[in-house]
Amino acid sequence: MEATFNSIIAAAAPLIIATMGETITEKSGVINMSLEGSLRLSAMTAFAIAFWVGNALVGFAAAAAVGAAIAAIIAFSSIRLKLNQIAVGFVLTLLAIELASFLGDSFVGERGPRVPPLPIPFLSDIPFVGKVFFDHDLVVYFSYVAIFATWWYFYRTRPGLNLQGIGERPEAAFARGIPVNMLRFWYTVLGGAMVGIAGAAYSLDVKLGWRETLTLNLGWIALAIVIFGGWHPLRVAFGAYLFGALQVLAFQLQNVFPGVAQVLPIAPFPLMILALVFVYSDWFRRIGDRFPKMRNLLGSEAPAAMGTVFERE
Amino acid sequence: MALEIRDIHKRFGPVRASDGVTFTVDEGSLHGILGENGAGKSTLMKILSGFYEADSGAVVLDGEVLRLRSPADAIDAGIGMLHQDPLVFLPFTVLDNFALGSPGSVRLDRSAAEAELKRVSGELGFEFDPERLVRDLTVGERQQLSITRLLWLGARVLIFDEPTTGISASQRIQLFDTLRTLAAGGMIVLFVSHKLEEVEALCDSVTVIRRGKVVYEAEMPVTSETLVEKMFGNVFVEEERTAVPLGDVMLRIEGATLSEGTTRIEGLDLEVARSEVVGLAGLEGSGQRTLLRACAGLVQPESGSFTVDGVDLTHASYREHLAAGVHYLPAGRLEEGLVQGISIAEHLVLASDEKAFFVDWKAADTRAGAEIDEYSIKGRPSSVAEELSGGNQQRLLLAMIPDEVRLLLLEHPTRGLDVESTAFVWARLLERREHGTATVFASADLDELLNYSDRIIVFFAGSVFAIRNAAEIDGEELGYLIGGKVRT
Repeated sequence: MEATFNSIIAAAAPLIIATMGETITEKSGVINMSLEGSLRLSAMTAFAIAFWVGNALVGFAAAAAVGAAIAAIIAFSSIRLKLNQIAVGFVLTLLAIELASFLGDSFVGERGPRVPPLPIPFLSDIPFVGKVFFDHDLVVYFSYVAIFATWWYFYRTRPGLNLQGIGERPEAAFARGIPVNMLRFWYTVLGGAMVGIAGAAYSLDVKLGWRETLTLNLGWIALAIVIFGGWHPLRVAFGAYLFGALQVLAFQLQNVFPGVAQVLPIAPFPLMILALVFVYSDWFRRIGDRFPKMRNLLGSEAPAAMGTVFERE
Repeated sequence: MALEIRDIHKRFGPVRASDGVTFTVDEGSLHGILGENGAGKSTLMKILSGFYEADSGAVVLDGEVLRLRSPADAIDAGIGMLHQDPLVFLPFTVLDNFALGSPGSVRLDRSAAEAELKRVSGELGFEFDPERLVRDLTVGERQQLSITRLLWLGARVLIFDEPTTGISASQRIQLFDTLRTLAAGGMIVLFVSHKLEEVEALCDSVTVIRRGKVVYEAEMPVTSETLVEKMFGNVFVEEERTAVPLGDVMLRIEGATLSEGTTRIEGLDLEVARSEVVGLAGLEGSGQRTLLRACAGLVQPESGSFTVDGVDLTHASYREHLAAGVHYLPAGRLEEGLVQGISIAEHLVLASDEKAFFVDWKAADTRAGAEIDEYSIKGRPSSVAEELSGGNQQRLLLAMIPDEVRLLLLEHPTRGLDVESTAFVWARLLERREHGTATVFASADLDELLNYSDRIIVFFAGSVFAIRNAAEIDGEELGYLIGGKVRT
């Protein structure tokens, strides 16, 4: 039991980091649609660089740079060139997927460095809780920090409130003296860097090594989880853990029902769609209406200006 | 302290929105900026508040030339603007709206912000529940929140752009009291409006802007005649109107209550006769558009009835209106009237009631050629809509109107057209009167209203303010009525 929960936390960690990054980006009003490609190219880059240098940390840094660079292209093309964010994101996805296959081909089957386990002293000795939450490595601890820091930044800081403002109504934020487009650019780059780190976590931590199907469909599911999470860091994190749990469950059930073993790994994807249907149902909305104090957490409202271009004239 | 505006120029493409604007406002004064829609008031105010950058010219406050490159600069200089639609964040709480964009430490101290909100709003006599969502506030309360915020940030100059749009009468009284108190406290208050009565009731001095230029400056009080003349210009030419005998009732509206967005019309009764031309006058958003859309079946009336030629169309769909011979030409020619990217010939095919599955393109081209000749459209059957000039787009729309129309509804039929196209459009429209077509059109052009209408209905703030026979009034009186005043 402990081991199952422990592996759910570990399996969800990269997804947490990626979805927090995308939440920050979308909250500022930009959609980075390229997650599927960004994850894959950064996972490949991380492995290749770490393999060459022999150091996992350098691999993470390189992956963050790749994610940030793709995000910068999206931010620049949408903010300065006023191109459609969805279209640019899709094209970059395809490009990044092909690049990852082409450049990563020679690394398939190689063994590279990995992130060392790092149980937290004392905390990991707590019965059950210690084993589940504190017997992990730096990637998992970073995912905890990402959740808390994103939440704290959004709801407890001044720049975080301004961030919500530029995604909600950029002209009003601009009228209050906030440099909308500059902030959108940097939040998109930050979000992209986090997606890159998530990619590195797949090839250097969760599933060691590089192969094309390493992060298959996880970028798309990350985009869906941000929507499921109603752009609230805690609910997004819940969504990522839910998906992680479904993945681990599907994996374990393969032994129990060998007849449907082929179907089980893809089962989490349609289940996430059902979850989306649920949070957008009237029933769920009524729950939200009953607890006005928790409207940020329970609401499913997208940032109103998400995906739009802000021009002052 | 005085606010000096020196020779401000601002162009948007070919339009000179500000064309050398110069004037000065003194400390402690409540200064009106008056002008009709599109005169360039809003552009000027957006330049003052840093929203737009001026092409040239200077803004001087308290002897200091300001560099206004963004709203941040304007706020630093102490210039705050209240936009017509208050720029607030609807899903956020009152407190978050208050604090958003304010300077201070990274950690947001909400209890300190709440104390500040209480203090400043208390001084102004406003009351807020900090935890309420701004979405649940009235427009008036959103304004009050914005005012509180601007004063908290140290504004010395406050600009109010059409602040009475969408607020209740009692909120307006409270707003005016607030403005007077602020000016009495030594601030500079700019009150931008196109409503004569408000400027007269409130302001100490006034600047009238027309076509991007200052045409008049004065200390109040000034007679309304002068203001009307300065706002609209005083060239009103009366042309000969051919009289066509009016028939029986074509359009009958009884006790209609309509509502669309912030516009609300209550208990409207109206009859339009066969062959009659009725002009709808009034400032933008006073209800003309809503009435036209309701007549076309695009806005469902909350109560009351609409009949056209004896047929009850109260709850009929747009298609049923079309079938009953009601045709609507909206103002946005390229947005609502025509389809971008398709040709004249294709438009005419779309508009025809041909039922065949396959289109006979040869016949369509021939027909397009004939219509191009008849309506003297400058274009070929293959010219796409956006290639045509505004006048030719309007001619194409005229060509698309079916022959048998009982009720023709037009919104700004000649806006942006040159003299020749205007005359052509009206000649074609008036021809239809001979077949009994009743015409209802909305226009902002006083000459057009006076020249082509039999009756003029003046809307003010969502209700019918006056109905006049066009032959019996002149441009000056119409200008008054549009501004919500009856000449005494």
